[in-house]
Amino acid sequence: MREGRPASFYWLAAFFGLFVLFLYGPMIAIFVLSFQGPTGGMTFPMNGVSLHWFGKLWSGGGIVDIKSAFWRSLQLGLTVMLITMVFSVLAGLAFRKRFKGQNLLFYVTIASLIVPSIVTSLGIALQFRLFDEAVKAYAPGFIAESYTTAMGIFTSGLGAHLTWALPFGLLIMFAIFNRFDGRLEEAARDQGATPWQTFAHVILPVILPSLIGVGLFGFTLSWDEIARSSQAIGEKNTLPLELQALTSTVTTPEIYALGTVTTGVSFLVIGLALAAILSLRARQARRGSDAGKGML
Amino acid sequence: MPATKTAYAPPAWLQALPFAGVFALFFVVPLLFVVMVSFWDYNDYSIIPSFTTRSYVETFEGCYDRLPELCTILKTYLSTVKFCLIVWAITLVIGFTIAYFLAFHVQSVTMQMTLALICTIPFWTSNVIRMISWVPLLGRNGLVNSALINVGLINQPIEWLLFSQFSVVLAFVHLFTFFMVIPIFNSMARIDKRLLEAAYDAGASGWQTLWNVVIPLAKPGIVIGSIFVVTIVMGDFITVGVMGGQQIASAGKIIETRLNALQFPPAAANAVILLAITLLIITALNRFVDIRKEL
Repeated sequence: MREGRPASFYWLAAFFGLFVLFLYGPMIAIFVLSFQGPTGGMTFPMNGVSLHWFGKLWSGGGIVDIKSAFWRSLQLGLTVMLITMVFSVLAGLAFRKRFKGQNLLFYVTIASLIVPSIVTSLGIALQFRLFDEAVKAYAPGFIAESYTTAMGIFTSGLGAHLTWALPFGLLIMFAIFNRFDGRLEEAARDQGATPWQTFAHVILPVILPSLIGVGLFGFTLSWDEIARSSQAIGEKNTLPLELQALTSTVTTPEIYALGTVTTGVSFLVIGLALAAILSLRARQARRGSDAGKGML
Repeated sequence: MPATKTAYAPPAWLQALPFAGVFALFFVVPLLFVVMVSFWDYNDYSIIPSFTTRSYVETFEGCYDRLPELCTILKTYLSTVKFCLIVWAITLVIGFTIAYFLAFHVQSVTMQMTLALICTIPFWTSNVIRMISWVPLLGRNGLVNSALINVGLINQPIEWLLFSQFSVVLAFVHLFTFFMVIPIFNSMARIDKRLLEAAYDAGASGWQTLWNVVIPLAKPGIVIGSIFVVTIVMGDFITVGVMGGQQIASAGKIIETRLNALQFPPAAANAVILLAITLLIITALNRFVDIRKEL
């Protein structure tokens, strides 16, 4: 082995440092600027320090109806998170065995990542539009009269977000089950456990920390999603869509305050998930097997 | 064991059903609708289910007559592909360098993971926020301009820093280099360090090792990262919109414009074209590596 660090190390380390500065610099700028004083503008220098713009955001005085967009996004994100966890685990279990159409399902899942988001979004919009027209034309009168649209946050919107979150969920499940020790299940089976008992008492506790990671992915992918939501979400917008619309109209630091708040929520969710993962790991270490650790 | 035989174990296809159902209902069928509607007719109020190639014909209107001058759609695609190539090249060089540093120069695994995580954290923040975060830096009165004026390098603010092709590329690189770093790092982390030692012992220079050992072995990561970046940039209309000041045309923007005018068939036709071109690029990339094998 060569001794010491080669000169290239220092060049690359400097490059890495610059890259991190490039990644974080602009974001730090808007976080700082969101604490502008009431007379502050969109750029430096700071014109006083205050929580004015956060207050304005909270009171809803400035930008319209951010609060309900915020709750809608949060609800949708949590729903996507739950469904991603459940469906990915089930699919992950299925992919450990053989079933008809396995390859097809895999390639469709990957294709969903590769097809540009706007195309998927447009497809879902068309699908619901055609469905709506079919209902209005053919459904019995009492339904057709009051019917407006099936499009909405928890129908088309949820579907659009799932086509984005589930592929990542499945890929992570592949990684999880690649590392899973199959002998644990065999042992459970040999002890006479039913498939459900094997899943609930052996598989689930082992994969749970990684599964929380899957949920975390699902939540953040949904929380920040724009391209797929853009056509598929219906009349009520999610927070990122509101934010995108605001970029061209709002010219006060209020938009930075909004940015700081949504980033804060992302980090809060990640923090909670990491804490859950760590505590589960610690619990596994505490209550796990003591095999090979000495007698009795 | 007869006792466990009676216990009910769900068949694999049943377990995969909810997952498959989502993709059938919200991905496969919608794509079929896109293709179908792209061949439908339309007027100001609605779409008309009768077969016509009108949307495609109108999209390419005048393209043949005006040659060698390019028509709007070809110009737009050319500029989209140009953006795509520039962003791809920059993210590849940066992503490869960062991944190389993490995989081969950082020694402890904990440190590797920490530094990789640092590169990942910004990804958890909304893209729009990361875009607007360039405004206080690049704007007319932004940090960069005022710094350059104070130093005396320029007299007037540079106008092309924000809402320009430059800022679009910058935002793409800022947003999506992550997609290059992680897969390439993943591939590199699997490379047996003894191979590098062997190359060194056999007298290979640093560049020769890089070119003949590291790059071929990191290829799967490079291809996966490239696919992500190419797909995102080809279909993007949000970054181009926000960072280009709604002035720059792109393939995704054409679709969005058509949709805002409620012209669904032409939007669908453009989506089919965009999809075809994206898949062509991906197929070309895929020839270099079997993705399924690498997962």
